[in-house]
Amino acid sequence: MLEVEDIAVIRGERLVIGGLSFRAGPGEAMLLVGPNGSGKSTLLRVLAGLGRIEAGRVLWDGVDALAELSAHGARVAYVGHQDAVKPGLSAAENLGRGAEAALAAVGLSHLAELPARMLSAGQKRRLALARLVLRPVPLWLLDEPTLGVDAASVVRFGEMLAAHRAGGGVVVAATHLPLPLPGARELALG
Amino acid sequence: MVGRELLLSVRHGADSLASVLFFVLTASLFPLAIGPAPEVLGRLAPGIIWVCALLAALLPLDRLIGADFEDGSLDQLLLSGMPAGMVALSKALSHWLVTGVPLLVAAIPLAGMLNLDGAVLPVLLAGLVPGTALLSLFGTVGASLVLGARRGGVLLPLLVLPLCAPVLIFGVSAAEAAASGLSARPHLLLLSALLALTLPLAPLAAGAGLRGAVE
Repeated sequence: MLEVEDIAVIRGERLVIGGLSFRAGPGEAMLLVGPNGSGKSTLLRVLAGLGRIEAGRVLWDGVDALAELSAHGARVAYVGHQDAVKPGLSAAENLGRGAEAALAAVGLSHLAELPARMLSAGQKRRLALARLVLRPVPLWLLDEPTLGVDAASVVRFGEMLAAHRAGGGVVVAATHLPLPLPGARELALG
Repeated sequence: MVGRELLLSVRHGADSLASVLFFVLTASLFPLAIGPAPEVLGRLAPGIIWVCALLAALLPLDRLIGADFEDGSLDQLLLSGMPAGMVALSKALSHWLVTGVPLLVAAIPLAGMLNLDGAVLPVLLAGLVPGTALLSLFGTVGASLVLGARRGGVLLPLLVLPLCAPVLIFGVSAAEAAASGLSARPHLLLLSALLALTLPLAPLAAGAGLRGAVE
């Protein structure tokens, strides 16, 4: 259970998010919508413990999540703007332990040994998505997860999302593209 | 994580070799600059090797964390469940294994080339072991502080070199003590004490730097 209580985020002396509260229970999905610069990415980074809040609290199962950042990191999977893919390593080496199953989930098994620099932009994105299933974590934070990803892979990603939610996982996603998240609640920012 | 760093440095072999080659080349310039007189070179050798090792160790610092910061890997490392200090310590350890250890090995033929007394060489190396480890630790702190800064590569030596002054002083005096027949032990012990102090503190500082950089 993710609870956000009245948080405020200031970036560069500008109030990006103010007085925002919401909660997302097990299996629920939140869709962050709003124009560019409305603080969607900032909010996702804050929820991951990678950003600073000036006021308010972020609670996980009733406990202050941002008090113990490394413990919070262990329950979060974050897909940001950047794919965090090392071009010098192969697709499988980029993921490390558990790569086989994760690559199968995004349909990249046949490219496991290929250096990541040979992958297309969409394939790199899918490699970043594969990181979501490397270790079981309850909270997925997704920033434009399907940018550049083809339709068939979006369907496959939908199955990953459904399985995660069926297992009691929480999804918070920011996107301008339609995401396969049936029953997601929208949260308007900006 | 250290294994992954080592794999990366093997894949980018040219980058890893660059600092060792820099070390060897700059040290080889000294005989050309100050003349090939063996007794002069022999006396200056510990200082030359130490200063060149220090400068060579600075070279890869710019990319040590900067590359991860730019491609988003740093976010993933901080979310891996490891404390930020452990992430920094792993970075320092991989810097030492990839840069410090090859410098140690390269120092042996260099010492011969600069006509260093054979009896001083073990002391020089004994000083370089904690010395290069200290450079890695200070370097990681510096690298984490300049993340996201414009022209961080220029700022980095300005931050790290003053911190390295004591390392250089004790390292060179250990070798000089050995050369003049005195005991090098106190200098080496001071170097080790410095390492014992820095080993727990530097990762904490660097970890805070990493957290600050991603915010």
